[in-house]
Amino acid sequence: MEWFLKPETLPEKIGVMVLAILLFAAVMGLVLAVVDRPRLPRWVPAVGYLGPAVLLITFGLLWPGLNTIKNSFFDRLSQNFVGIANYQTIFTDMGFLIVLRNTLLWVLLVPTVATALGLVYAVLVDRTRVEKFAKTLIFLPMAISMVGASIIWKFMYDMKPGKTQIGLLNQIVVWLGGEPQPWLLNPPLNTFMMIVVMVWIQAGFAMTVLSAAIKAIPDEIIEAAKVDGVTGIKLFFYVTIPSVRPAIIVVLTTIAMGTLKSFDIVYTMTGGNFESSIVAQEFYVQSFVQGRPDIGAALAVLLFIMITPIIVYNVRQMRISEGER
Amino acid sequence: MSQPRMRVLAAAASAVALLAMAACSSGTTATSAAPGATGTTSATADEKCAAYAEYGDLTGKTISVFTSIAADAEAKPHTDSYKPFEECTGATIKYEGSREFESQLPVRLQAGNAPDIAYIPQPGLLQTLVADNPGKVFEAGALATKNVETYYDPAWKGYGSVDGKFYAVPVGANVKSFVWYSPKAFADKGYAVPQTWDELIALSDKIVADNPDGDVKPWCAGIESGTATGWPATDWVEDVMLRVNGPEVYDQWVNHEIAFNDPKVVAALDQVGTILRNDKYVNGGLGDVKSIATTAFADAGLPVADGTCYMHRQASFYQANWDKGTVVGEDGDVWAFYLPSMTADSKPVLGGGEFAAAFSDRPEVQAFQAYLASPEWSNAKAIATPNGGWLSANKKLDINNLVKPVDKLSFSMLADEKAVFRFDGSDLMPSAVGAGAFWKQMTNWIALGKTSQEAADAIEKAWPAK
Repeated sequence: MEWFLKPETLPEKIGVMVLAILLFAAVMGLVLAVVDRPRLPRWVPAVGYLGPAVLLITFGLLWPGLNTIKNSFFDRLSQNFVGIANYQTIFTDMGFLIVLRNTLLWVLLVPTVATALGLVYAVLVDRTRVEKFAKTLIFLPMAISMVGASIIWKFMYDMKPGKTQIGLLNQIVVWLGGEPQPWLLNPPLNTFMMIVVMVWIQAGFAMTVLSAAIKAIPDEIIEAAKVDGVTGIKLFFYVTIPSVRPAIIVVLTTIAMGTLKSFDIVYTMTGGNFESSIVAQEFYVQSFVQGRPDIGAALAVLLFIMITPIIVYNVRQMRISEGER
Repeated sequence: MSQPRMRVLAAAASAVALLAMAACSSGTTATSAAPGATGTTSATADEKCAAYAEYGDLTGKTISVFTSIAADAEAKPHTDSYKPFEECTGATIKYEGSREFESQLPVRLQAGNAPDIAYIPQPGLLQTLVADNPGKVFEAGALATKNVETYYDPAWKGYGSVDGKFYAVPVGANVKSFVWYSPKAFADKGYAVPQTWDELIALSDKIVADNPDGDVKPWCAGIESGTATGWPATDWVEDVMLRVNGPEVYDQWVNHEIAFNDPKVVAALDQVGTILRNDKYVNGGLGDVKSIATTAFADAGLPVADGTCYMHRQASFYQANWDKGTVVGEDGDVWAFYLPSMTADSKPVLGGGEFAAAFSDRPEVQAFQAYLASPEWSNAKAIATPNGGWLSANKKLDINNLVKPVDKLSFSMLADEKAVFRFDGSDLMPSAVGAGAFWKQMTNWIALGKTSQEAADAIEKAWPAK
C-alpha cells in the first residue's frame, strides 16, 4: 500500500484519483441514504445535508479568512503582534497609495462603463434582424480567459520603433502620421488601457443579463408608454431603465466584485510595474514574491473590506425591489 | 430563495474565497523520480567507485532533491549527474522540480514536508530560510565542509554561510560581467574589443558617429521579466559599483554598512545612466530609453545578431537565448567580451550561483550534499549537460568537460587568480530589497525617468530594519 499513500507514477496517481472519487461518492451516498430514512428526528437530515457544506466553508473559507485577518496584525512570520503597522504601511507608503488609487479607478470605471455599454448595446440590437449575431460578437470575449485576453491586448498595444508595427493601435497611429506610443508604460494612461481590456471582457456579461431583463419587460407597459406618446430616448430613460433597475444593480455589483478580485490582466500585461498595480496584484506580489505575507494579508483584508459595502448595497437593493413587488 | 439572492450569496462566498487565498498557498509540483540505481557489475566498477567509498554503503536509502528546474529535458542533466553516486553507493535520488520553487519551499518547510536537499538560487533566500525556520535548515556535514574548503575559493563558503555557520554547498555558477557582441560586425567596422571603461565609451561614441541616422545604436538592453522586472538593471549597477567603487565598498554596500543612497552608490547609478539612459546609445533596434523597460530580457540582445545593435551586457547564460542557428564563439556570429574595468589591470568579475542546502541530517543526506561539492559531481554534471549552459566554480572541474565556449571562458574567468570575484549583490540583499525595491526602483528609474537620487532614496527606505 506504499504507492497508495505516496503515488509516484502516472497510473498510480490516476488510481489514487479514482479511489478518492469513489470514496467521496460512497460517503455522500451513505450520508444521503441515512438522512432519507423517515423515522429519524428532523435535525438529522438537516445536519446530513448542511453538514458537509458547513464543514467545507468553515475549514475552506471561514478559518483561513479569520487566520488572514489575524496574520494582518502580526509580523512577517506571524509571531509578534504588530498592531496596525501593516495597514499603516499600506496607507502611508507612496507606492501603496498609487496601488489604492489605481484600484479605485478600476472599481469605479469598469462596472459603470461595461454596464453602460452593455445596456446601450442591448437596447440597440433588441429585436433587430442581426440581434443574435451582434450579441455573439460582444459576448465572445467572455469565453476567453482573462490571461488570454490580456495577451491579445498586449499585442494590440505592442510598440516597435520606426514605422513597422505589429500592434494594431500603434499601426493606426502610424497611418495617421503619429509616433508610436508605449501604451502600457506611461502612468496613469497604462491603467486606463488595461481597464479597456476588462470592459471588453465584462460588457458581454452586462449585455446578456440586461438584454434578458429588457425582454422580460411586459409588452403592455411598452405599449401603454407609446400610447402616452413616449418614444426613443424618453422611452429608454423613463421606461426601460426603471424596469431593468434590479438587473442593472446586479450587473454593476457583480462586475465591481469581479474587478476587485481579478489580478490576471495587470499580472499579464505589466506585472504591476510602471505604477499600474492594483490591490489584488500587489497582494500576490507581497505574499509570494517579496516574502511579506503580513502585508499581503493586510491587503487581502482591505480587499475584503472594499467588497463588503458592495455586497451590502446589493443585498439592500434586493430587499427593496422584492418589497416593491 | 430568489435567483438574485443566490447570486449575492455566491458573490459573498467568492469574496471570502479570495481572502482565504492569503492564508494558504498552493501550487503544482511536477515530480519526476530518478530511475533507481542499477548495480553495475563491470570490471571497472570498483575502480570507478573508489572516490565514492567515503560516502559509505547507502543501499536502500532515498534522498529527495527539490529544485526550480521542472521541465523534463532540463531536469535530465541533473538526474543524470546523480547516477554515478547512485551506482556506487546504492542510494536512490528522488528528483522533484517546480516552477513555483521559491514560494513552495518556505511553505513546505513550515508544513513539515521539507525535501532533503534543495537548490537555492540566492544566498539571500538561504538567509531568510535559516532565520525564519530555526532548526529546520541543517549545517553542512564535515565531509561537505571539507570538500568545499578543498575545491572552492573561500568566498563561496561564505555565500553558503549564515551568521558564520556553513549551510549550503555551491552547485552551480555563472559569470555576469559579459558584453555580447558580433565579432563579424566589429571586424567589418574595424572596432576593437575595449580594454578599459574609457575605451568602451569611446567605442560607443564612435558607433554613434558612424551611424548618424540613429537606426543602429551601440547598446541594446531589456529588463522586462514579469514580476521580476528590473533585475537585469540591478546587474548593471552591481557591475559598475564594482568598477567605480571597488570590491570593499561593494561589500559594504551589499551588507548595508553604507546606505543605499550613499553618494558613491548614486554616482554608480549615474554612471550606468550614461549608457542606459542615453538616447544616443540605446536602444538599438528596440526603440528609445523607455523601451528598455518593456523589452523582455530574453529578447533584448537579439538585435546584436541582426546588426541593429552592437553591444548587449548580459550574463553567460544568455547563450541559450540566441536564435537557433546562431553560432556562439570567438569566430562565430556572436561572442562575449569582458565588461572592462576602469583600468586594464583591475579585473572585477560579477557572478551568481546556486547552493544546495540540507533539511535533514540523516547520514545519506550529508553524504549526498558532500557529493554535490565534490569534483566527481561537478565533472559528472558537466558531462551530463551536452548542450552546455552550466558550470561550477569547483577548482577540479575539468575545463574540457565543458562543451560551450562561453562556459569555458566563464570558468577560466572564475579560476583567474587576478580576477576579483563578487557575488550578485541583489541576490545577497534581503528579499524586500534584492527581489523588491531594487528591481522596482530601477524599473522606475528607466521607465518613469526618476533620478538616481530618488531611486536610491526609495530603495534605502525599503531596507528592512534589523
